[in-house]
Amino acid sequence: MLLLQQIVNGLMLGGVYVMVAVAFTLTIGMLNFLNFTIPALFMLAAMFFWATLGGGFGSGFTNLLNHWVPQSMHWVVAAGLALLVAILASLLIERFTYRYMKTRFGDATEHAIPLVSSLGFLIMFEHLVIMTWGTDPLSVNSPFGTATIKVGGLLFGVPQLLSLVFSIAIVWVLHIMLMHTKTGRALRSIAENPDTALMLGVDVQRIVPLVYVVTGGLCAIAGILFAINYRTVGPYIGDQVATVAIAGMVLGGLGNIWGAIVGGLIVGLLEVLSTYWFGADIVKVPVWGLLLLVLIVRPSGLFGHATIGKGKF
Amino acid sequence: MSGYLSAQLSILCLNIIIAYAIFLPAASGQLNLGAGGFAIIGGYLGGWLNSDFDGLGLAMQLSIPLAALATAAIAFLLSFPILRTRGVYMVLATFAFAEVVAGIVLNLEVVGGAAGFPVDGHADLSVLAPICVMVVVSCFLLMSTRFGLAMRSVHDDENVASLFGVNVHWVRVAAFTLGGLLGGLYGALYGHQYNYIEVQNWNVMFSIYVLLYVLLGGTQSPFGPLLGALFFTVVPELLRSFGAAVGSELIADGRFAIFGALIVLMMAFRPEGIVTRTMLERLMGRGAREKGAT
Repeated sequence: MLLLQQIVNGLMLGGVYVMVAVAFTLTIGMLNFLNFTIPALFMLAAMFFWATLGGGFGSGFTNLLNHWVPQSMHWVVAAGLALLVAILASLLIERFTYRYMKTRFGDATEHAIPLVSSLGFLIMFEHLVIMTWGTDPLSVNSPFGTATIKVGGLLFGVPQLLSLVFSIAIVWVLHIMLMHTKTGRALRSIAENPDTALMLGVDVQRIVPLVYVVTGGLCAIAGILFAINYRTVGPYIGDQVATVAIAGMVLGGLGNIWGAIVGGLIVGLLEVLSTYWFGADIVKVPVWGLLLLVLIVRPSGLFGHATIGKGKF
Repeated sequence: MSGYLSAQLSILCLNIIIAYAIFLPAASGQLNLGAGGFAIIGGYLGGWLNSDFDGLGLAMQLSIPLAALATAAIAFLLSFPILRTRGVYMVLATFAFAEVVAGIVLNLEVVGGAAGFPVDGHADLSVLAPICVMVVVSCFLLMSTRFGLAMRSVHDDENVASLFGVNVHWVRVAAFTLGGLLGGLYGALYGHQYNYIEVQNWNVMFSIYVLLYVLLGGTQSPFGPLLGALFFTVVPELLRSFGAAVGSELIADGRFAIFGALIVLMMAFRPEGIVTRTMLERLMGRGAREKGAT
């Protein structure tokens, strides 16, 4: 029973990773770009969610909120604000990453340009948050309390369950969109070859921001669910979650959205089970050891295509 | 020399060494996000070899080179599986390697685990500065040899390089191994400079920063990492003292945010890095001469 509960916990933890892993895999699959701003977007959303509920914007904002919005609906405002901020930040990032990747400089390092810019954004957003709210972990006034349900002696966390259901639903919608709509076909053609897509009349500059909007939205939802679920946020939560999510993405295969779901769940399960069997200190070794092994033995992951990410740096 | 200045210069020396450790693979076209892994191996090996109480109690003159050589050996063995990966997979593989090393060392009780490890022998600036100069000079010499040329050609185009008879695989292995040597050297020197090491010093952000030193400096010439490390060490300090001078807490506290914005702008306006070959040629007047000759 205890083991069964651990497996449930692992799948629940995986639910948070899944969302971030899907965000990673989407940018790398469509644009061949390892987006290191994802941890920052995740963290920004969680921090804004906390700040709206916990008075992080000062008393003026709190008064305004109390005046206009009933207490029970505060979390909706918080979630909306978090979503908005993450999407706007993601669009800003698009200007400085993808657009410049398109510009050819005749040098082999061209694919490193968006990578470096995204690292710059990561540093910038993290320190802007540290400047405003400090580095201490902050506790979130969750409107849902501990929020667990008990089924047959097993505890399920509602936010994690939601996250899992949400990510599967979002990926399902994405899948349908990619396969059956005009925009989806345009996106797939960009994934295959942006230059050819442009020649065949795909408006690349208009469609690419869509990927960034989806990325920002996914990160924001994951960040909000993380804040509700663990009820502690801080400027470094993004790094911790995103590094494990990267492992999940690689495991599932770069660019494969269904793979990211399976990979995220496996990584969450692995983390919880190795904590259960070997203790919390050792947890990095199995997760990253597995990732290293997968990269060396089967770089395309469980379900990936061999062609993605082969671009030279 | 004031204590502040010598402390800053020590940091600068260390940063320059680790920047060259990542530059050498980068100059042959491999992005290595595993600087933290090499630093941990070098730092802990150096500390353990030197420590009287827990380790072998070797003199510092032995422990530092031994640690560097051992790290190079590990890098050599590791290069075969890691170099099978390309592009973004290589970034992820080196990154995973650093995390595995950190995870293992955190659980090694013999070096103190998560509590950190005290190092006995002290290496001050008078040790660091000459070693740093040696590293820089030898990297410049290396890049001007036939091997350096081979590295550059592999960076620019692997297929053409191998057509012209360059053994691409061995060039990449050698560059990775030399990077490991310098990474281990950095770790060991760091341990002996601060006399205390812990895994947290060399986390993901450390590896990211080192890769940024190199990419911002430019991978085309050995001036790149030198300038990159200088930029990364001096600019935040300058911003801090500038903020203190004008009494603006915003600049002092937000210097890393400004710094992040600088990185983004830098990539927008000069993505090849600060130093490029064309720029050097112009500075040395070589470009003009070649044009005149033809």
